[in-house]
Amino acid sequence: MIQLEQVTKTYPKASRPSLDNVSVSIEKGEFVFFIGPSGSGKSTIIKMLLHEVSPNKGRVVVNGKDVTSMRSWKRPHFRRSIGCVFQDFRLLPNRTAYENVAFALEVIGKTKAVARRVVPEVLELVGLGGKEHRYPHELSGGEQQRVAVARAFVNRPLILLADEPTGNLDPDTSIEIMRLLDRINRTGTTVVMVTHDSNIVNQMRRRVIEIESGRIVRDQARGVYG
Amino acid sequence: MRMKYVLSEVLVGLWRNVTMTIAMIITMAVSLTMLGASGLMYRQVDDMKDLYYKNIEVSIFLKTDVSQPQIDALKTKLAGDPLVKETVYVDKQEAYKRFQEMFQDAPDLISAVKADSLPPSFRLKLVNPEQYKDIYNQYKGAEGVDEIVDQSKLLDKIFDILSSIQNIALAAAAVMAIAALLLVANTIQVAAYSKRREVAVMKLVGASNWFIQAPFVLEAVVAGLIGSLLGLVALIAAKYLLFDGSLKALQGLLSPISWGDIMFMFPLMAGVGGVISAVTAWVTLRFYLRV
Repeated sequence: MIQLEQVTKTYPKASRPSLDNVSVSIEKGEFVFFIGPSGSGKSTIIKMLLHEVSPNKGRVVVNGKDVTSMRSWKRPHFRRSIGCVFQDFRLLPNRTAYENVAFALEVIGKTKAVARRVVPEVLELVGLGGKEHRYPHELSGGEQQRVAVARAFVNRPLILLADEPTGNLDPDTSIEIMRLLDRINRTGTTVVMVTHDSNIVNQMRRRVIEIESGRIVRDQARGVYG
Repeated sequence: MRMKYVLSEVLVGLWRNVTMTIAMIITMAVSLTMLGASGLMYRQVDDMKDLYYKNIEVSIFLKTDVSQPQIDALKTKLAGDPLVKETVYVDKQEAYKRFQEMFQDAPDLISAVKADSLPPSFRLKLVNPEQYKDIYNQYKGAEGVDEIVDQSKLLDKIFDILSSIQNIALAAAAVMAIAALLLVANTIQVAAYSKRREVAVMKLVGASNWFIQAPFVLEAVVAGLIGSLLGLVALIAAKYLLFDGSLKALQGLLSPISWGDIMFMFPLMAGVGGVISAVTAWVTLRFYLRV
C-alpha cells in the first residue's frame, strides 16, 4: 500500500537531511505508528505521502502510484484516496459539524443528495449522532477531532494519515479517538499515525517505526514506545 | 450544486471586501473608458480623413498683375497634367465674392479690401493628394505664379493633434490599466487570505484546482465586466453631453459619432476588461495559493 524506497530528503538551507535513506513498506490494512523526537523527520513522511514535498532521492509509492514522478495537476485526484487528520483539527469555524463533513464531499463534486445520505452515517460512526448541527466552538476538543476524523473518512479512503491527532487532547479523550481510529482500521483502511504519545503507543500494541535524525532506528511489530 | 456554490462564493467575495471591489471597478471603468474613447477616435479620424482628403484642394495663387496669356498658358498646362483631376479658375471678381461670403460677419474687413486687390487663383483637385510636392515643384517657377498653398498641410496638422490626443488617451488607459491590475491582484490576495482555511481544506481533500480557483477568477472577471459596463455608460454620457451638447458647434467639422460606433466599442472593452482581470487573478493565485 505504501512503499518508501531509499528516500532522502534535504530541505533547502538545512544542514542535514530530514530523511536519510529511509526504506519502509506498509501493507494494506496495517496500523503503523511513527514515533521519534521533534524534527526527526516524521512529518516529512506524512507530507511525502500527500505529495506535498518530493524526495531528493529514492521513490515513494502510494496505493500503487509512484508519487515521486506524479505531476502536480494529478495531485487533487490522488488526494481523494487519502484521508487526513491533524493535531489542530483544521475545521471551518463558520460551518457546523454536518457542513464541515459535507463540504469535503461537495468540493470534490459529490451532490448534496449524496452528502445527505453519507454524512449523518459517518457522524453516527464517529459517535457524534445528535450533534450534527453544532459549530466547532460548541464542541469539545475530542468532539472536534471526531468531526475531523469523519471528514477524513467520509470518502472511504484507502489510507488514513494522522499527524499527532491526540496532541491537543487529554488522555481519556485521546483513548477514545484511538478507539475510533482502531475501528476505522478494522474496516480495512490503512492507518499511519505520527505521535509523541507513549501511553497510546504502549496500549495499542501495533507496529512501531522509530525515527531519529532522519533514520529508522527501530521497526517492530506490536511494539511499545520504548 | 457546484455552479451554485461557485456563483454564491463570487457574490460573497465581492461583498466581503466591498471598498476594494469598488476601487477595482472604478479604476477598471476609467481605464476602459479611455480605451473605448481612443478606439472611437481611431475610427473617427479614419472617417474624417476619408471625408477631408476627398475634398482637398491645392491653390495656385497668381500675381495680381498676371497677364491673360500667362493665365491661358497655365490653364492648358494644368488641363494636360496627369496629376491633376480637376481645375477651377477663380478670377478677381470670383475671389472677392468668395471673400465677401466668408467674412460676411465682418463688414469692416470687407470694406477694407478692394475688389481687385485679391489675387486670382487656380483651385486644383489632385488625383492623389499626396503628390502635392510634384505640383509644387512644377508650378512654383512658372510665370505669373505667386504662391502655392496645399490644404493638406493644414489638415495634417489637425490630424497630428487628433492622433496625439488619441495617444494620450491610450497612455492614460494603459496607466489606469496597470493600477486596475494591481488592485485586482491585491483584491484576489485579500480574498484568498480570508478564505485560506477553506482553501487549505479543499486542497487537502482533493478539490480540483479549477474548482479552488474559479470563485476568485470569476470574482475578478465580474468586476472587470461591471467596469466595462460603467465605461460604456461613460462613453454614452460623453456623446450625449459633449458631442450632442457643448461641442455641437463643431459638428460640421467633426464627423458624427453614431450610437452604433459606441456599441461597437463595448465588446472590445468588455473583452479586454474580462480577460485582463481573469489572467491577473489566475497568475496571482498561482503565486499565492500555489494551486
